[in-house]
Amino acid sequence: MSAYFSDVLTLAQKDLRLELRVRNTVPAMLLFVVSALVVFHFALPAGSSDLAAKGMLWVAIVFTALLGLGRAFVAEREQRLLDGLLLAPCDRSAIWLAKTVSVLGFLVVAELVALPAFAIFFSGIDGATIAGVALADLGICAVGTLLAAMAVAGRARELLLPLLFLPLAIPIVVGGVGASVADDPGRYLGFLALYDAVFAIISWASFEYVVTE
Amino acid sequence: MIRARGLGRSFGAKRVVRDLDLDVPRGGFLLVTGPNGSGKTTLLRLVAGLLVPTAGELEVDTTRERVGFLGHEPLVYRELTALENLDLYGRLYRVPERRERIGMLLERFGLWDVRNERADSFSRGMLQRLSLCRTLLHDPELLVLDEPFNALDEEGSSLLDRELAELRPGATFVVATHDPDRVEHLASDRLAFA
Repeated sequence: MSAYFSDVLTLAQKDLRLELRVRNTVPAMLLFVVSALVVFHFALPAGSSDLAAKGMLWVAIVFTALLGLGRAFVAEREQRLLDGLLLAPCDRSAIWLAKTVSVLGFLVVAELVALPAFAIFFSGIDGATIAGVALADLGICAVGTLLAAMAVAGRARELLLPLLFLPLAIPIVVGGVGASVADDPGRYLGFLALYDAVFAIISWASFEYVVTE
Repeated sequence: MIRARGLGRSFGAKRVVRDLDLDVPRGGFLLVTGPNGSGKTTLLRLVAGLLVPTAGELEVDTTRERVGFLGHEPLVYRELTALENLDLYGRLYRVPERRERIGMLLERFGLWDVRNERADSFSRGMLQRLSLCRTLLHDPELLVLDEPFNALDEEGSSLLDRELAELRPGATFVVATHDPDRVEHLASDRLAFA
């Protein structure tokens, strides 16, 4: 088991090092999420409710995540490096988990800027929203990384990922918005946790089949 | 070591490898030749475990950590240095005394002086040398080499000649090349695709 997590750590460190070196993904995510919030700020009519604003926050988060997921396997795709990782004797699910961890890290960095920006442009963020965002991030990255790997193998990659991901992100948006606006956020948070658990297990178990040609 | 019966691989409707029988004993050297698009690379990817057959049977009597694969792509991250790339693979393959082994290979393939330079600054020949270091890093018992002399200059090719001759007694080889004369003397089995 420790060997498994050692592989995950090695691969996640590699992704972090690549990002620190080329700075392609995180700056793009930051710019996108802040730009989206600014656009939403002017798009929402004056006097719009907090509920509408919370909805905009979730739209911004999902599309920012999509941006990061779209770049998750760029190096592996452009240089066929997935072959190198698949040849290595590590469990292939470790590749998925490492990629999930790195995408999650990038998304969290974007949200560390996005949530205060939302508070400035719209309204304050409560604990339930933060808990909802944290749980949603896990689900988004778990299922999104699997779909990003599937999209890499396809021809219309840029088109395929949003088409696969957005339908599966609907429950996340339902749970996240519910946790942000409901009087009793507990059941929505529970729903998000259940989604995370189910889709993390499915993604973990099916990654090997997705990358096997 | 490698046994195939009726082996086939299709991509959609296109059958690239069809009805192939093959036996390569442990310590054997299979030389694969044929024109572009005849199925050499597909066969090598099947043997390395990067593709699964769509017909027939293929048995490769070794584990993934004992396979060294050199393909058309160098399989190194261009944004990482030579040292970082080999360290990444060394960790994943759990190479004992990793740093010493990496240093020895970089020295042997003439890349020690550029070990801290990013791979995207390397020429095609240097990338091929780095890829050879990656392939040999974990001391594989099955070497699957697709056009290993590609992009190497005369010095690099001679270096690889020596390396192959040195490894020949202990390892099993499957080598595809357009320059069969270079390794003909090492070959124990031959397969020519039409």
